[in-house]
Amino acid sequence: MKLVIERRDISSTLLRLTAPVVSIAVALLFAGVLILAAGINPFDAYREILYEAVGSTYGLSETLVKATPLIFAGLGVSLAFRMQIWNIGAEGQIYMGAMGATWVALFSGLENHWLLMIAMFCAAFVCGGLWAGVAGLLRARWSVNEVIVTLMMNYIAILLVNYLIYGPWRDPQGFNFPLTAQFADAARFANFFDTRLHSGFFLALFCALLLYLFMERTIWGYQIKVIGSNPQAARYAGMRTGVAIFAVLFLSGAIAGVAGLSEVAGLQYRLQHGISSGYGYTAIIIAWLARRSALGVIIVSLLMGILLVGGDSLQMLWQLPIAFVYAFQGLILFFLLGSDFFIQYRVKLIKGVQGG
Amino acid sequence: MSELLHIQNIRKTFPGVVALDDVSFTVASGEIHTLLGENGAGKSTLMNVLTGLYHPDSGRMHLAGQPVHFTSPRDSLSRGIGMVHQHFMLVPAHSVFENILLALDKVALVYDRKHYKQKIQKLIDTFELDLDLDTEVWKLSIGAQQWIELIKLLLRDCRLLILDEPTAVLTPQEAARLFKVLRLLQQQGKSIIFISHKMREVMEISDRVTVLKKGSSIATLKRGDFDAETLAGLMIGQDRIPQWQKNLQMSEKIILDIKNLSARNDRGLADLDDFSLQLKEGEILGIAGVAGNGQKALAEALTGLRDVSKGKIFAGAVDITHSSARSSYISGIAHIPEDRKSIGIAPDLDVADNLIMKSFKNSLFRLGIFQNRRAIRRNAEDKVSRFAIKSGPDGSPVRYLSGGNIQKVIIARELSEQPRVLVALYPTRGLDIGSAEYIHKVIVDGAGSGMSTILIAEDLDELLKLSDRIAVMFRGRLIGYADPRHTSREEIGLMMSGECREISL
Repeated sequence: MKLVIERRDISSTLLRLTAPVVSIAVALLFAGVLILAAGINPFDAYREILYEAVGSTYGLSETLVKATPLIFAGLGVSLAFRMQIWNIGAEGQIYMGAMGATWVALFSGLENHWLLMIAMFCAAFVCGGLWAGVAGLLRARWSVNEVIVTLMMNYIAILLVNYLIYGPWRDPQGFNFPLTAQFADAARFANFFDTRLHSGFFLALFCALLLYLFMERTIWGYQIKVIGSNPQAARYAGMRTGVAIFAVLFLSGAIAGVAGLSEVAGLQYRLQHGISSGYGYTAIIIAWLARRSALGVIIVSLLMGILLVGGDSLQMLWQLPIAFVYAFQGLILFFLLGSDFFIQYRVKLIKGVQGG
Repeated sequence: MSELLHIQNIRKTFPGVVALDDVSFTVASGEIHTLLGENGAGKSTLMNVLTGLYHPDSGRMHLAGQPVHFTSPRDSLSRGIGMVHQHFMLVPAHSVFENILLALDKVALVYDRKHYKQKIQKLIDTFELDLDLDTEVWKLSIGAQQWIELIKLLLRDCRLLILDEPTAVLTPQEAARLFKVLRLLQQQGKSIIFISHKMREVMEISDRVTVLKKGSSIATLKRGDFDAETLAGLMIGQDRIPQWQKNLQMSEKIILDIKNLSARNDRGLADLDDFSLQLKEGEILGIAGVAGNGQKALAEALTGLRDVSKGKIFAGAVDITHSSARSSYISGIAHIPEDRKSIGIAPDLDVADNLIMKSFKNSLFRLGIFQNRRAIRRNAEDKVSRFAIKSGPDGSPVRYLSGGNIQKVIIARELSEQPRVLVALYPTRGLDIGSAEYIHKVIVDGAGSGMSTILIAEDLDELLKLSDRIAVMFRGRLIGYADPRHTSREEIGLMMSGECREISL
């Protein structure tokens, strides 16, 4: 008997589609062992998660609220993935987007709601975009690895925001807490159904639709796909790959930046410490799980939202630390990457033969 | 002669495809055995089964009388079966020595550099190869890189060497040298499985030939029993070969005038050195030369992929020396690149998307910033039927297509705009007879309608058959022109080695 690994000639579409589902299922299984180790029945825990996250209007709205920044950041990251550009810096771009929006909300002097909304959107878009654009410029001009640059710039962004809220932007009436002043009503998103659900969620869905059209229907999306598939062929066909790298990273960061806008204008109404609790990193998992589709990003973000909301309640009910949720996310990514192996290779059992 | 390898009724299927149906043949010790078959006949699959990369569904393999079942290429290598792939497995940044060392088994962590160097050098001397152990691999010609692959296998004491289209990347001289080495190996009792499309070589080197067709071995013929016609007949069977007729009708109008062109390569050496060439309207100008004498640089300079350091290129009266790939294309130069997989296509996109790669900005295929999907699809349908592309199901990525079909996609794209000049770099390399003939037909038909072609090819027979004139390059310079109707292989061979000749014609 012998175990044999051989390459598949053509990886099957069926496998490709089922891989994320199977990965999540296996991750659930392993996470179950973790929960069991904490002395809790995993079935109870999962039921609790589902019940809390989708079992009531409140739970459902909270899930959508959590999913909102994930959709934005996931879309941004997956756009860059399409061109084989690895934007690991969505976290920092969210912070920069939030910073831009906050500046407009607090210091621009605008009072009209719609004017404020548009200006805040533009500020978040440009700030997030430029933040990622730095990596784009470095990559396009001097082939500097964008993974390192985007990742490192996360820390700069977070520290910069910290500086602002501890220093010049601190609310004078805030009892020395590191927060800015609250936004005026004109600078806030609308809420729905008496819940925390805000227009940011619908903006995120609209954004996904736009991105889908952009990728599948426009000549720019076409160029991104060609460059992602074979940059040399793209250059040979006369496409300007350097410009495209910058543009894609800018757009990727800009969309992540809008997540920052949605958090400050839709939820927190101020800039404060920890406005993103790792949404930018979760976005990487989301983009990977969703493979290439904007619709996939929405679905996976909702799943992650369920997990975050449910995870919160586990913490309250059984004192299960929130780290469990991140461990679970990690498990999913781990099994997903592992499933790539099974998509490309098959493992076979060979019986009763002598080999070398 | 004793039997080294015996293959019986091998069958291998992939989901939905029978790659190998029923293959049987034997290889004797000290035999050069050729495998002949069109693309898709199953040669590659068979070799992958033989080296343990794939496992046959049924059938038996015996090596020196012992039943064997290889689990991996490493496994088969340890039993003395080695393969030189079409795409070399080398580390470009490392030296020849380091690359060879990498392939050796059981090299101690701290090793005796001198001992290994001597051992390898001895082998190089035995076969009179021109190879410096300390040179980095990326500086070497393709031909030299192939020697490295061969040495790697010889150092592992392989009994059976498999060479997958080894001459596809070689010049006639290099190929002749390879054949000399193969004969030497044969005398040492090594067996060789040789895969090739070039009939001349098959005739020259083979002791026996096994013909594969649609996954089955349909005949094995001994030397003396086969000739080129029989083999071609067996190989192609009922399939139709496109017919074409060449008629000389080139005008004297000069369409492309290259004046004293110089270009440097990545190593800073002159790839093109004071090179001049004139291309006439409607002619097929063949470029002959040993690989690495500036052909690629010429093609890249013409298509705007490489910067020119000196000299000028005129299209008619227009100076097109300094322009990007795009604007050259607009000026009407189409290009069939040398390495079709690395720069010719976007492998993850489908045929329709690949066909518009150069013309996606054309108003035909877009409505403002949006793509006109319907026009793109219609364009694909049209090209697929006109160029007989077997494209598989709709929307499937181009990388699943065979080499011949990928080449057809590239040609369909390049020729669809009715270019005035075509620069074709090894357009039939690695293609089966049917596809190659089809591409010849396209080029000749194009010439008939006024397109001028610069055809850079390695197969002299191909050049002699197609060209109106043959220009010979040596070390980036034009050595001279030859008239294919009055010249011989020998004469061109001499010019290729730098023998000067009066520029006539």
